[in-house]
Amino acid sequence: MTEHPLLRLDGVAMQYGSGETAVTALVGVDLEVARGELVAIMGASGSGKSTLLTIAGGLTQPTSGEVIVEGNWLSEMTPRQVATLRRRSLGFVFQDFNLIPALTALENVSLPLELDGWKSRRARRAALDALAVVELSDRATHFPSDLSGGQQQRVAIARAVVGGRSLVLADEPTGALDSTTGEMVLRMLRARVDAGAGGILVTHDARHAAWADRIVFLRDGRVIDEAAARGVGSLLGAAS
Amino acid sequence: MSVRQSLLAILDQGPCYGYQLRSEFDRRTGSTWPLNVGQIYNTLDRLERDGLVDKADIDADGQIYYEITAAGSAEVASWLGSPVVRTAATRDELAIKLAIAVTLPGIDIAHVIQVQRSATLRTLQELTRTKNATSEPESSQELAWMLVIDSLIFTTEAEVRWLDHSETRLARAAAAGFAAPLPLSTDVPKRGRPVKQTTGASTTVPGDSMQTGPASS
Ligand SMILES: Nc1ncnc2c1ncn2[C@@H]1O[C@H](COP(=O)(O)OP(=O)(O)OP(=O)(O)O)[C@@H](O)[C@H]1O
Ligand SMILES: [Mg+2]
Repeated sequence: MTEHPLLRLDGVAMQYGSGETAVTALVGVDLEVARGELVAIMGASGSGKSTLLTIAGGLTQPTSGEVIVEGNWLSEMTPRQVATLRRRSLGFVFQDFNLIPALTALENVSLPLELDGWKSRRARRAALDALAVVELSDRATHFPSDLSGGQQQRVAIARAVVGGRSLVLADEPTGALDSTTGEMVLRMLRARVDAGAGGILVTHDARHAAWADRIVFLRDGRVIDEAAARGVGSLLGAAS
Repeated sequence: MSVRQSLLAILDQGPCYGYQLRSEFDRRTGSTWPLNVGQIYNTLDRLERDGLVDKADIDADGQIYYEITAAGSAEVASWLGSPVVRTAATRDELAIKLAIAVTLPGIDIAHVIQVQRSATLRTLQELTRTKNATSEPESSQELAWMLVIDSLIFTTEAEVRWLDHSETRLARAAAAGFAAPLPLSTDVPKRGRPVKQTTGASTTVPGDSMQTGPASS
């Protein structure tokens, strides 16, 4: 084990707005994600899951508390440094996909790599491979507007895991997918994590959360419980 | 119960002896519901009594083979062609527990639900890991096992969803102020007081698995 976890949230609180209309979205959340670990976050709508994810990814600054990514305290970094860290180390899948409409599927996937200094050819190669995994090779040159919701979601996951990011943050990445396609996305996420990344998966779907090593529940912005996996196969003993 | 029909369906493939039936059943169901030999022989006895199988040859090791009759084959066809009916009244320990808990004072129902959900999710994680550790099925035996695992996964998931749903429902009820506990009813003794014999149960609920009257176990 390395000395620090991949991601650590320390007493993270978040309040949107102020005064009468203030909304408390998170209250004192502590969370760690290790390399090779996939953590699922569950909780009712409005419980703070997306907020937690954007804070973990340095997209939103918490009202209080610390976010530490690969040993870097985000609160001590300039916005520019945070942006660089994000580009190099983090892969995001947003609840609303967030593909760039003016770019093709392939360009959407390869852009972050190119921004990070990869040679264009190499970036495209990697992007094509990632699109092949989500079975979208034949849609590489399509624009997001010409893709179905589920296809856009698969492009988004390809973009998040391409290039060996060390932390993948996925907000309902299986939302618009049928159950077989949903499993394809999970398999991709799981493979990235098993290859040494860390991951957070926000989901409402218990069957998908079950792919994680740990399941964390949020209620009204607080972590109320955690379910860690037991040893494999004790339930089905003879079956495997 | 489906053991009877399953064994019959296997026998429809050709004569088998007891042990052989057990291993055929296990390998077709991923050993998820192992049968003991006693169960197999009891079932064979009943099948024979009902005219669905006959004793056939005895081999050199003294194993008695059973073979299916025409009536047995017809029963297999009818089993495969008709739906499995789940009785709505089957006792569900968890549903009963929550139903009771919601009527009691001083119970943190949200906690009860959360404890259950964590446990159920752990089961779901375990099933998912077992499934993911298995490569894509390459034989009908593996395929059969995969179907069984998928079935367990979907059933477990349904329980989590029901718990989510119950949690939301309870939160709404609490907000609306009608989630108050149910005190012991004062007019119960009229019916249940143990004077003389009363005429039968005071309420009848259809369904063989629901009992009325005083608890006996
Ligand atoms: N930009 C914002 N300004 C004000 N309030 C916000 C903002 N973003 C989120 N909130 C509020 O913060 C709370 C948590 O929202 P969040 O999006 O994190 O929930 P969630 O758990 O992701 O829900 P869902 O399952 O519906 O996606 C909600 O009450 C929401 O209304
Ligand atoms: Mg959200």
